[in-house]
Amino acid sequence: MKPDKQLKSLDSPKAQKKFRIYFYLSLCILLCVDLIAYFFTERHGHFSWEEIPVFNAVYGFTACVGLIFIAKILRWVVKRKEGYYD
Amino acid sequence: MTNALPVAVIFIAGSFFIPIFRGKMKSVYLLALPLLAFTDLIFLPQGESWQVGFLNYTLILSRVDKLSLVFGYIFILITFIGMIYSIHVRDNTQHVAAFCYAGGALGVTFAGDLISLFFFWELMAVASTFLILAQKTGDARKAAFRYFLWHFFGGVCLLAGIIFYVSTRGTIAFSFIGLSDTGTFLIFVGFCLNAAVFPFHSWLPDAYPRATITGAVFMSAMTTKSAVYILARTYPGSEILMWAGAFMTCFPIFYAVIANDMRRVLSYSLINQVGFMICGIGIGSQLAINGVVAHAFCHIIYKALLFMSMGAVMHMTGRIRATDLGGLYKTMPMTAVFCIVGAASISAFPLFSGFISKSLTVSAVAESHQTIIWLMLLFASAGVFHHAGIKVPYFVFFGHDSGIITKEPPLNMRLAMGIAAFICIFLGVYPAPLYHILPFPITYQPYTFFHVIGMLELLMFGALAFTVLILSGFYPAELRAINLDTDWLFRKPGRAFITFCDRPLKTFGGAIETLVSKIVSLTFLGPGMSVKIEERFDKLFHKILTSIPSVIFIWMKPLKTETRQISWNLLYILLPFVFMLFFIFIFRT
Repeated sequence: MKPDKQLKSLDSPKAQKKFRIYFYLSLCILLCVDLIAYFFTERHGHFSWEEIPVFNAVYGFTACVGLIFIAKILRWVVKRKEGYYD
Repeated sequence: MTNALPVAVIFIAGSFFIPIFRGKMKSVYLLALPLLAFTDLIFLPQGESWQVGFLNYTLILSRVDKLSLVFGYIFILITFIGMIYSIHVRDNTQHVAAFCYAGGALGVTFAGDLISLFFFWELMAVASTFLILAQKTGDARKAAFRYFLWHFFGGVCLLAGIIFYVSTRGTIAFSFIGLSDTGTFLIFVGFCLNAAVFPFHSWLPDAYPRATITGAVFMSAMTTKSAVYILARTYPGSEILMWAGAFMTCFPIFYAVIANDMRRVLSYSLINQVGFMICGIGIGSQLAINGVVAHAFCHIIYKALLFMSMGAVMHMTGRIRATDLGGLYKTMPMTAVFCIVGAASISAFPLFSGFISKSLTVSAVAESHQTIIWLMLLFASAGVFHHAGIKVPYFVFFGHDSGIITKEPPLNMRLAMGIAAFICIFLGVYPAPLYHILPFPITYQPYTFFHVIGMLELLMFGALAFTVLILSGFYPAELRAINLDTDWLFRKPGRAFITFCDRPLKTFGGAIETLVSKIVSLTFLGPGMSVKIEERFDKLFHKILTSIPSVIFIWMKPLKTETRQISWNLLYILLPFVFMLFFIFIFRT
């Protein structure tokens, strides 16, 4: 199959930058919606911190950064050459 | 007795006739079997049927209730999809093994007693081993052997547990067991091994990446999920399962992030997803069990979809390591889309199937106010998006361009992936049909404003972390390397121990013996005495000092990973098994 012209443009730095801008924009919209909802509605969670508006965003970001940090340390401990068991 | 057969019989008996058919007829037959089984399942009466007398016990081959029915549906459905995916395979062994394997899973699901459960359980282990062996590489052969040994260990634990259980309780009923004594604990270990609960999980990321392309699809669906079904029936509400499950959701994520083989990444994320189910079983409330069943249903489909898309890449390019792949979206756009659907489903994105099933379990955890467990599951939800949701599609279809020019996979592969992707989206948008067949009545509403916003925030900001780390170059680079897991314990020190028994210990023993006979022959004691002294030494050295290592050595030495040695291996495994049965029988009171 011949590579599609439109698809190929995804590789260019310009397209990637555009994609990233849309991505950041959607993050901002998400935060705004959450904050607006915080002022106009009452929310009930099973835990007190569920009522903090951007709790999930902060938790998701820190969890993933922490995940990579620990994974890097883990790799340092458990990494072996591919033929290690042979 | 009814006219409808036990569903497992259709698959197992049906598999024997596969080699008879040729060409198109074979394809038709392979697809007709799951359809026949499904029709049969509809006609099976509710409750217990097919009661067969066996050694003074009554075996129940078909127990249809709400819990077993859901698993019956999904196992038949995934066999159908998997068969479409593997219809181009001309190797009869693989098809027969796949059907026997699925038959074993269905047998386990509908078994009403522990004896027939054990029979189908072992059938699954044996049949699935052939799905790894069929890859026909040295690596696969060794992995298949390790896989078999693991499951044999699990099977022995289960059998010992069943014997204890039957002798103390006097019943073979397969219903709630609960952790109380030695027997129930052994049964528990046997089940947990198949569910890949830590530390019995290492067989999974060891064997699945080495199975055949099509075999991995079946394996990803059956073994762990049938164990989940059994645990949900026998050990609901065990607190240990709650913690074990929560731990299972977290630790594989780290391994998945640094694994290079894409199917190994998926294997670790499989453990992570099964962790959610195990945790739900540990909670044990009606909502939690509903969550377990719904999640198993959705998980089987999206995990098979992910394995199918990676299998398609492997089928077309012959490569599966992240270091060799990248930029494939240009030549395999359709596969890329299917993979992204699977990735979105496993990450529980709103409008995909994972969202409507995972949230049931998480809500059940919140309802029982298990704060630490809840935070662990939330971390795992963000983490699974990180490795299965972004890493898999990114490093295979995007990322650096590997320059591989290839084509879309054959039509049957695309069709199977298409069906699975459709179900993922359909259930995500319209969960009512799935909620309708769950074992307990349900009023849960997944699409509330705060739930959707909360989940989107969690996932999107996880994605932001990925973007930031990739751009800053901090993200762990893909390396050609392997990562040690708990199987290191028996693969390295175990081997060293055998070598130690073989070489130094044997040489040392031989040297001492020669020395003793030399010294004795030099003295005035005469040949009769020298033989006597040598015998004494022999007894001391061989029977007392080295008895344990030498017994293990004698057992382990003939264990070879060659397939032609398999009968010897089986004999060596069976003998201690018989001994154990004997001892259990003596000490059963």
